[in-house]
Amino acid sequence: MLQYFLKRLLSLGLSLVAASVVIFLALEVVPGDPASYMLGLNAQEDTLAALRQELGLGGSLFERYATWAGGLLVGDFGTSYTYRTPVAGMIADRLWVSLPLALYALVLSTLIAFPAGIWAASRRGSHADGAVMGVTQLGIAIPNFWFAMLMVLVFAINLRWFSAGGFPGWDAGFFVALKALTLPAIALALPQASILTRVMRSSLLDTLGEDFIRTARAKGLSKGQALWRHAVRNALIPVLTILGLQFSFLLAGAIIIENVFFLPGLGRLVFQSISARDLIVVESVVMLLVFAVIVVNFTVDMAYAWVDPRLRRRR
Amino acid sequence: MRLRKFGLGLVSALALAASMGVAHAKSDIVVAMQLEPPHLDPTGAAAGAIDSVLYSNVFEGLTRFGPDGSVNPGLAESWEISEDGKTYTFKLHEGVKFHDGSDLTADDVKFSLDRARADDSQNAQKALFTGIETVEVVDPLTVKVTLKEPNGSFLFNMAWGDAVIVAPESIGDIKSKPIGTGAFKFTNWVQGDRIDLEKNADYWGEPAKLDKVTFKFISDPTAAFAAVMAEDVNAFVGFPAPENLPQFEADSRFQVLVGSTEGETILAANNKLPPLDNIKVREAIAHAVDRQAIIDGAMFGYGTPIGTHFAPHSPDYVDLTANSQYDPELAKKLLAEAGYAEGFTTTLKLPPPSYARRGGEIIAAQLRAVGIETEISNLEWAQWLEQVFKGKDFGLTIVSHTEPMDIGIYARPDYYFQYDNADFQKLFADLTAEDDPEKRSVLLKQAQEMISKDYVNTYLFQLAFPTIADAKIKGLWENQPTQATDLTAVYWED
Repeated sequence: MLQYFLKRLLSLGLSLVAASVVIFLALEVVPGDPASYMLGLNAQEDTLAALRQELGLGGSLFERYATWAGGLLVGDFGTSYTYRTPVAGMIADRLWVSLPLALYALVLSTLIAFPAGIWAASRRGSHADGAVMGVTQLGIAIPNFWFAMLMVLVFAINLRWFSAGGFPGWDAGFFVALKALTLPAIALALPQASILTRVMRSSLLDTLGEDFIRTARAKGLSKGQALWRHAVRNALIPVLTILGLQFSFLLAGAIIIENVFFLPGLGRLVFQSISARDLIVVESVVMLLVFAVIVVNFTVDMAYAWVDPRLRRRR
Repeated sequence: MRLRKFGLGLVSALALAASMGVAHAKSDIVVAMQLEPPHLDPTGAAAGAIDSVLYSNVFEGLTRFGPDGSVNPGLAESWEISEDGKTYTFKLHEGVKFHDGSDLTADDVKFSLDRARADDSQNAQKALFTGIETVEVVDPLTVKVTLKEPNGSFLFNMAWGDAVIVAPESIGDIKSKPIGTGAFKFTNWVQGDRIDLEKNADYWGEPAKLDKVTFKFISDPTAAFAAVMAEDVNAFVGFPAPENLPQFEADSRFQVLVGSTEGETILAANNKLPPLDNIKVREAIAHAVDRQAIIDGAMFGYGTPIGTHFAPHSPDYVDLTANSQYDPELAKKLLAEAGYAEGFTTTLKLPPPSYARRGGEIIAAQLRAVGIETEISNLEWAQWLEQVFKGKDFGLTIVSHTEPMDIGIYARPDYYFQYDNADFQKLFADLTAEDDPEKRSVLLKQAQEMISKDYVNTYLFQLAFPTIADAKIKGLWENQPTQATDLTAVYWED
């Protein structure tokens, strides 16, 4: 187990270094000068020079990479070009929206997918199974931003149960804030829940066909007992993989949903920063997302090892 | 003395009664707009969103723009101009306090103007201040500004958001904690979401009628529509989806104001790039373009056709659209005369706003009809600034020039469309030196005619500014003489 853990940890470290180089280079070659973006059409050359000086846009590529990457190591993400506030603080603020949103969506999609997948698998070929398959097909096919707009139309404009978007902040009260995140979380969760349901169902069906389930039934367990005691846990491996991928997707992929609901999250920050050429913010946020994805994958790998003891021993 | 006290008491009792009478009227407002300010220092960036939130609400200048674009006294209650037009002596209002409680004095004015024109200034409109020779403090409420040359638009320049008066002690934090003299105080900014202001109880002038103001930032047009429809916001200034306006007009809950702006939207031509350096070719393009089709197709009918680089709501505007009437046959003839009977190919670079992207497609089709092929490329703003504005690497582009009274850009041969005409440069120098309003008006009209006749660019339309608001809100600015959402006179009707 320890060897497995260390190996995974090393690959985690290497992935991070590689990602930081790629992100930095990719963004440094993007054309566009943050100073002229900020000062607009009437700016004078000397004013632009003064601003570039202050932003620290001089120096060689390597120097700037070293400053940035070195800062990241000690938790200093630099200072935003446009907002002129520390990037770390901005990201932290935005994470208070994006992280709960992603978690909320993940919980919703798990709460929907697990029962639905198990239910459909245990009644294979029935009308119930057909209905679950049909609905999930629809859930995958519908673009989530479109579904989001539809929900706004129904629940915000017509029924007035929710506001059309925005986020009052956690200071406004836990449930008030949670309510503001509900529609976005549902919109985010819908396609994820659909995928997860299908994966859960097919994985469980595979497992249910295995010899050990027949053995379990033969030694006298009921269908339900065999399902819950032996099949579900064994069916979880592909489901965990998808769940891990989904969490990263929920965090990184919320850009569109955050714009539809004008939530002050990470996605919106990246969106604004790219157009303002606030490269340091973009670099740091992307790096953070990469970090999150890699750590989640690492955690999923560890979870496999927990679910499947064979993986621990394999080299 | 006692009588005065009694009078004062009576007045305040009446005021109290009056305020109790309207106590049920709402006194807070949520105003939405598309773009969020990058930071809160109007003197340190070009972003119009900064002025849209802070101009006149939080920060004030020596002079200020009224809703009609007129220049009115601001922090300066009066001024004297010397015979030679070079010296302006401003008398400041008494008892003006910054939001941190300190007094506004002539020193603050000197500091603000000196900061804007300093060598390391980061003022996006530094040109407004470069004509200043010295700024002297005469006494705490009097400041004397001496110019290098007479400048007829100096008072106008001092009304810009970039010329507001700031205090030296608040400069350090101004980007996140703006401290001004206005009728509203800044209270809070949740980045990515909203900015809160509250009424300044110690305001020196007419106090604001609202107690609390929240600006929300909603960039997506569909989300903007939903937010207004669900009444999450009370007003949306600069509403981004003109196609939805008729729906709001038909709804009695809302009022729709379609005002004008200082945004001359033009099809700019690179005057140094062949074949666009040929005036006949530019004239042909001007006649090949059907403005009304663009206004209808790209802006859903909102926008005023223009024939020169000047705002139609200005009293000095001349309607010169006749110089470039839609006439594809004439365009073809002019192209043939210029030696391009077979047409030619050029680039058309489009920044993100819908006027450019949608308008660009229509213009490309119209130009194709007379034989001009365009290679369209869609650029982000940062790319547009780099390639088109700075690099001058373009044939044609569409852009809206939103600065007020910016015809002076035609006197700058290095400006991106590279119009270099000594006559115009002289005309503009005369205009700058002239402070007699009538003579200025004549010169301004001549300037408009000159650039129209030279077909520097194809002048399309004046950008409209749609505002949707709750039907009960009164006192909103309809027009945008400068980018601002002046809420000082806004109130809720019972």
